[in-house]
Amino acid sequence: MGTNATTQASNAHQAEPTRLTGAEIVWATLVGEGVTDVFGYPGGAILPVYDALRKFPIHHTLVRHEQGAAHMADGYARASGKVGVAIATSGPGATNLVTGIATAMLDSIPIVCITGNVSSKVLGTDAFQEVDITGITLPVTKHNFLINRAEDIAPAIRYAFQIAKSARPGPVLVDITKDAQQATAIFDFEAAKPRAVRPHPMRIIEESDLAKAAELIRTAKRPVILAGHGIIESGAEEQVRTLAERAQIPVALTLLGLGAFPASHPLNLGMMGMHGESWVNHAIQDADLLIACGMRFDDRVTGTTSTYATKAKKIHIEVDPAELNKNIKIDVPLAGDLREVLEELLPRISGRDGSAWLKSIDSIKGASAVRDIKNLPDLGHLYAAHVIHDIWRITGGNAIVVTDVGQHQMWEAQYYHHEQPRTLITSGGLGTMGFALPAAIGAKFACPEKEVWVIAGDGGFQMTSAELSTIAQEGIKINIAIINNGYLGMVRQWQEFFYERNYESTPLISPDFVKLAEAHGIAGLTVRTRAELASAVEQARSAPGAFLLNFKVEKEESVYPMIPVGNALHEMIRRPGKDALLENADD
Amino acid sequence: MLHTFVAYVDDLPGVLTRVASLFRRLNINIHSLTVGRSERAGLSRMTMVCEASAEAGHRIRASLFKLENVVDVDDIGKAPTVTRELALIKVATTPQNRSQIFDLVEVFRARIVDLAPESLMIELTGVESKIEGLIEVLREDEGRILEICRSGKMTMRRGHHISSVLKAMGAGVDDKPEAGAEPAEALEESAGAEPE
Repeated sequence: MGTNATTQASNAHQAEPTRLTGAEIVWATLVGEGVTDVFGYPGGAILPVYDALRKFPIHHTLVRHEQGAAHMADGYARASGKVGVAIATSGPGATNLVTGIATAMLDSIPIVCITGNVSSKVLGTDAFQEVDITGITLPVTKHNFLINRAEDIAPAIRYAFQIAKSARPGPVLVDITKDAQQATAIFDFEAAKPRAVRPHPMRIIEESDLAKAAELIRTAKRPVILAGHGIIESGAEEQVRTLAERAQIPVALTLLGLGAFPASHPLNLGMMGMHGESWVNHAIQDADLLIACGMRFDDRVTGTTSTYATKAKKIHIEVDPAELNKNIKIDVPLAGDLREVLEELLPRISGRDGSAWLKSIDSIKGASAVRDIKNLPDLGHLYAAHVIHDIWRITGGNAIVVTDVGQHQMWEAQYYHHEQPRTLITSGGLGTMGFALPAAIGAKFACPEKEVWVIAGDGGFQMTSAELSTIAQEGIKINIAIINNGYLGMVRQWQEFFYERNYESTPLISPDFVKLAEAHGIAGLTVRTRAELASAVEQARSAPGAFLLNFKVEKEESVYPMIPVGNALHEMIRRPGKDALLENADD
Repeated sequence: MLHTFVAYVDDLPGVLTRVASLFRRLNINIHSLTVGRSERAGLSRMTMVCEASAEAGHRIRASLFKLENVVDVDDIGKAPTVTRELALIKVATTPQNRSQIFDLVEVFRARIVDLAPESLMIELTGVESKIEGLIEVLREDEGRILEICRSGKMTMRRGHHISSVLKAMGAGVDDKPEAGAEPAEALEESAGAEPE
């Protein structure tokens, strides 16, 4: 934090127009946009910006790899709902951001990435550490800017913030040449305000479509609400809940929708899709009406589209008109902000008796549907399910859980029950391994008072484990659970099911994660049995600093149920035999 | 089927790349794309023609709107339009066949815009089939066509039509004539209201 924060420059956004360097304008604009935390890595082409940082009340977290900076900005945005900011230098600094930018793009996360570039005089000459980052990131950003004049910096950054958070959010990159950072210009925060967002001619709700939607809901016998990430982005949790309760419609969630509707709510069915609960997918396949709220019928939730919910009429409420009729044919498309559309729709919805349909779904759930495994006998094995279930139980479901990608991610979705939005942070669309640790750092900065858990596999954790240093340097409290099965587990599972158990390149040797943590000054513990589990979780929580738990779990456990690619939504691979972790009573 | 879109886009560096890149990403081949200044200051007008499934029109238009620099997109569909393409065709000539080509040019209402001892250049404006027609006839003599340059399609809806977006932006018609515009030529063009 800048010690001499109250300088002329730092207050520039609320003062008279002032002459500042481009570098100072970068920070002054960020302060004006309400930014308090940024994540970055310095280098030659961004040095003027770093030199000016001490004059501004912004905390900069030094990352260990720029991919981490982008994921931290992403985790910050997902946890807080604000725009996350990442900073990097030109060339390799900028290209290292790309995976993180693409992760944010696929999950519609508002982040702004600021990169330095070589001086405008040498742009396009293959100068040292020059790369065409606006060209590279063109398909993975909502928009990007190449700025080579100091006077263009404030308008570009303000415009970037507007683009990042408006309509369907996403990442924006602002590339600023070094000479623009060094030049001076009059900084006028108000004058740099972007023009209002243009009304989108395809984002129009027809009165007749609202009436049609209300009529479909009124007459439906077997309706299901499909609840997605758009609920959280739009802030429509209350409206979706009102719709579900008033019309007694059960709610199925996407992975990124988890938390948008309380897990303990009697109308909550659980997660849909490839690793969704069997009764959820059966309910969708049997439905006569699907009300899709802020979700995009991703291939991971539909299975084969030609056999997807063929008996159901579909209402799709979605802010991005390009998603309508993209994967699934829609009967009533409602293109608009989810909360606004539901506010218009709800007055037309009256009470409905949904008991027969709810009862029929309950009957296919069976006794084990609650996935309450705490009373199962200890057979001497440690399963990831036990670990995640206990973390859920002991944290009271109140932690922010940040997952990596793979088996543990699906088990988290199945066994950690999220009551609140923004408590599950996970890379859904891009499926970026290495996401968890840096994203958790971002989440912790966004919500310092919240308990933050990383749940990662032994493979993904090693992709970005250098960020343990960042945790140590920042002195932040994050609890890390590594689900260590000695395999790239999800790939191994696919090899088991679809490649005749040819475990090519999936077994992996890992360092002793506890020693690795200790090398960073972070305490840790290895857990091998279920008997040690609960006390280890408690120990991690009560430790004053960050704590790493290395859970040595069953090596060849798979995630069930699973819909193989190419199958219909109800054609699942079920857990073979009668096992302690049965996912359904009628197996 | 063939889709035709007319878009107003910011007249800025890199905008063409963004539009073209979108079609690349959707794995759609662009048949033709013309860009030029529009009646509005700071905005270029594009006519894009591409081959895609019948349902793809909505998604292409919606995806174009996601580009920050795209101000308006009109999916022409089957609306009544005037569509024109300009072709310059350079033809090898001999004193013997020159008059024969002059006759052809007359029939197709084309113009000779350059005449050299061994070649001449034909300028032809019209719908695609008309241009294809002239090329086909010229090709009857092998090796006669030296070069063909085609502009790609330009499309404008018939009648008074303005989108809600452009209406909201207010009248942007730049009433200053372009420097170097020749009134005589303009007159000649308007007289040629030939049926398609």
